[in-house]
Amino acid sequence: MADILILSAHPELAQSHVHRALIGAFRHAALPRAELRDLYALYPDYLIDTAAERAALAEARLIVWQHPIHWYSMPPLMKLWVDEVLGFGWAYGPEGTALRGKDLWLVTSTGGTEASYRPDGHNRYFFDAFLPPYEQTAALCGLRFLPPLVLHGAHRATPAELEAHAQTFVERLGQYPQWPELATLDECVACETPAEERPTA
Amino acid sequence: MEHTSWLHVGLVYLAAAVIAVPLARLLGLGSIIGYLGAGIVIGPWGLKLVTDPADMLHFAEFGVVLMLFLVGLELEPRRLWAMRRPIFGWGNAQLLGSALLILAVGVACGLPWRLALVAGLGLAMSSTAIGLGALNERNLMATTSGQGVLSVALMQDIAAIPILALIPLLDGEAGSPHGGSGWVGAAKAVAVIAAIVLGGRLLLRPALRWIARSRTPEIFTAASLLLVIATAALMQAVGLSMALGAFLAGVLLAESEYRRELETDLEPFKGLLLGLFFIAVGMSIDFAVVLQKPLLVAAVVGVFLALKALVLWTMARTMPIPYQERPVFIILLAQGGEFGFVVFQSAAQAGVIDAQTSSLLVAAVALSMLLTPLLLVLADRWWIPRLADCGPVPQLDEISEQQHAPVIIAGFGRYGQIIGRLLFANGLQATVLEHDAEQVEAVRRFGWQVFYGDATRLDLLRTAGAERARVLVIAIDDMDQSVAVARLAREHFPQLQIVARARNVRHYYLLRDLGVTLVERETFDSALMSGRAVLESMGWQPHAARQQALRFRRHNLEQLEQMAPHLHDEAKLIAMAKQGREQLEALWAQERAEVQRRSARGGWSTPAAERADDPPI
Repeated sequence: MADILILSAHPELAQSHVHRALIGAFRHAALPRAELRDLYALYPDYLIDTAAERAALAEARLIVWQHPIHWYSMPPLMKLWVDEVLGFGWAYGPEGTALRGKDLWLVTSTGGTEASYRPDGHNRYFFDAFLPPYEQTAALCGLRFLPPLVLHGAHRATPAELEAHAQTFVERLGQYPQWPELATLDECVACETPAEERPTA
Repeated sequence: MEHTSWLHVGLVYLAAAVIAVPLARLLGLGSIIGYLGAGIVIGPWGLKLVTDPADMLHFAEFGVVLMLFLVGLELEPRRLWAMRRPIFGWGNAQLLGSALLILAVGVACGLPWRLALVAGLGLAMSSTAIGLGALNERNLMATTSGQGVLSVALMQDIAAIPILALIPLLDGEAGSPHGGSGWVGAAKAVAVIAAIVLGGRLLLRPALRWIARSRTPEIFTAASLLLVIATAALMQAVGLSMALGAFLAGVLLAESEYRRELETDLEPFKGLLLGLFFIAVGMSIDFAVVLQKPLLVAAVVGVFLALKALVLWTMARTMPIPYQERPVFIILLAQGGEFGFVVFQSAAQAGVIDAQTSSLLVAAVALSMLLTPLLLVLADRWWIPRLADCGPVPQLDEISEQQHAPVIIAGFGRYGQIIGRLLFANGLQATVLEHDAEQVEAVRRFGWQVFYGDATRLDLLRTAGAERARVLVIAIDDMDQSVAVARLAREHFPQLQIVARARNVRHYYLLRDLGVTLVERETFDSALMSGRAVLESMGWQPHAARQQALRFRRHNLEQLEQMAPHLHDEAKLIAMAKQGREQLEALWAQERAEVQRRSARGGWSTPAAERADDPPI
């Protein structure tokens, strides 16, 4: 049914401006093709139901990871989700083709401003420098990594900016897969893992 | 003329009750004294507004019948069966002990043995109406002393039958006992009780269901009254105690789905008729006899109360009843009772004792009934406070001021306290109800604000704010009470989210049946934590042990849900439980084998999905 699956992960959603706005706008839009799974609400005890997650993924064409950047990375439950759901032999490795050909879209936010993510800012690197682990995770599973939607300086965003950001998010979901930039992106070729690098199933 | 007299009587009784009872309560004397006082005032020895107390007493006896029906409703057959020992053991100890002691003292004082025996039997009886009424008023029904009073009262009701049959025989020549003579009477009695038990089991519930389906509330009320009256009439026809019959019918309906409705329908009738009964008792005190021989009456009252109190004191020590509850137990059972009236009247009719003696004894009984509520008040002021040193004081005021907290916690024992502390630490307000007085005292010493009250009572739940609260925590350890509270809350406060503690799986299903979704089995999680500790001790990585415990938890909950529809099919339940266990064992054995195979081949560390489940290798 749902060909867009949003995996939302914010450990303190009540404190979040950006992600509450995103989720609020998404619910308000009531997109028929999209399903949102709030990981922290589903798995407050960090006990992920792998089978249910894989079943939800199976139907999706677009997978959205919607979470804030914490310590230059994803929140712990999102990482646990990656560890447990994207298993060997299912998402990667021999016969691990369940996700091949799907799209992965990162929708995230940072507390630091855009200016801070520069060699002369206190985060010392451009934000893109923190994305290779995401890109390679996608590549290993045969997912196409779409250009992320990032909101910097989340704490300082005005209500108007938040609303505009949330609107963009919902509009893009509604238009998928008719995004202009998709035409310029290559199909992702899944990286094969050499047999001696993996335990054989 | 008929109408005027009817109106007149109603006017007098109701006005007397409405004026006297609030006045008595205001003076801290309790409603029973108010009724008795009202009776004395309007009776033949007061304002002479009513002159036929005997008729009224007869009519108002129905209040006692209704009360025993309602007491029966609270007592499932299973619990009654469990009470058989106290009823026959303690009941007989009280009755025979008191009767023999009075007989002995009477004979020692030079009375003829027949008179002493009749006096002993009649005075050994205690007033069920005042006893249970006072217990209800003080909310002591569920305490040890309350159950003791109920047991003895039930035994007295049973014993009244042979006693009434015996009295005419004392005349020397064989008289005719109440419902036919000898074997025929006994056979009739057994047949009627059998009819009530069988009818109650097989016919009453379908009949009530059929009546309830008519959806006419007043017809259901009428049916409730009819049920009690019919039972009483049936019992009376064969010379058995009406109250006992009503009690039996109540017990038989205690497990029916209409229990609550019957209760709420009959409660006001019971209250008013019982009040009328007390008024009639007040009116029937023959002050002429009292004034004629004031010293003799006082001596009779004093001596029989002292003798009965002696027997009861010994019983209270052996049972044992907690120190603070002993005064109430002794006072409530030491008094004479309405059955005494009947005993003396029939003895006078049979010529065993003369009319003069009969009315003297009746006056003594009535005076003792008047004294009882007064003695209770005195005991509250002077006796019970002195017992405080012997342990915590259980006499507490129950919740009476309207509360408004968004959370209500019913039961503040080991379970409720943890919930409460978590909530309070998070800045939430909660109204805490606890029905065990000792527990209330104990947690109050730690500075918790806890209300004393029984959450199975609708009025107390209302006072606790159930109409506007959002969450009701049921942390009561008694299963029956817990289910009763849940049912009450579902019926009357559907907006309340119920969070419940279940003692075991059966309790869990009972609560789920009522639509309660947030139920936790009280030992389940702690047992899992212990299991997790064992896995760790056996070398599992702490995190792997945690993961297995949580997976087991999820599996168990899923299985519980799957089994719910087959609740009543034990064979199926066992089969499903076995199958579920085997599935889990097989699944995890397979996982272990997989991991072992991989680790044997070396290479990469095992993938994430299975990693957490690995046993140490």
